[in-house]
Amino acid sequence: MRLGRVTGRLWSTIKTPEHDGKRFLVVQPIDAAGGDAGEEFVAVDAIGAGAGETVYWVRGREACIPFYPEQVASDATVVGIVDRVNQAE
Amino acid sequence: MLLGRVTGEVVATHKSSSHEGLKLLVVQTLELDGTERPGAPLIAVDSVGAGAGDRVLVTLDGWGAMTAVDRFPAPIDCAVLGVVDEVKVEGGDS
Repeated sequence: MRLGRVTGRLWSTIKTPEHDGKRFLVVQPIDAAGGDAGEEFVAVDAIGAGAGETVYWVRGREACIPFYPEQVASDATVVGIVDRVNQAE
Repeated sequence: MLLGRVTGEVVATHKSSSHEGLKLLVVQTLELDGTERPGAPLIAVDSVGAGAGDRVLVTLDGWGAMTAVDRFPAPIDCAVLGVVDEVKVEGGDS
């Protein structure tokens, strides 16, 4: 998985039916210190994350697993809201 | 698989139920000679009790990661598979 910060949302009315009721989040990949680390992208929300929250997300084939048995097309899904990142010095 | 170093841990109470009870390690990937690779760290589920400072073997394949923690199906795409003792590479060890 990877770390990210939710920076926005995306709405789409005309879309594949299995996405009905799902929230799309705009996510900025970040490093452990919270600095930006890559291009923003769109992920499906599986955990109820809100704007500004630090999250972690799963990518690839496994991104559709949180919605099983529903078959939801996704290559990036937010699966956790980060309370904190403990970094050993 | 890749070589990595555990630099910390993610604490998340609100997460996918299939992640309950699993440690989420922050892993910085390394070149095989031990030098750090650039870029954001991986968040890997732990399957061997690795801790901060450990050099570890990491899989970036979901199916392999789920196998390591025996949770099918689960939204996991990365896992620590082992703590690395030694690496021997032609032209230099680490």
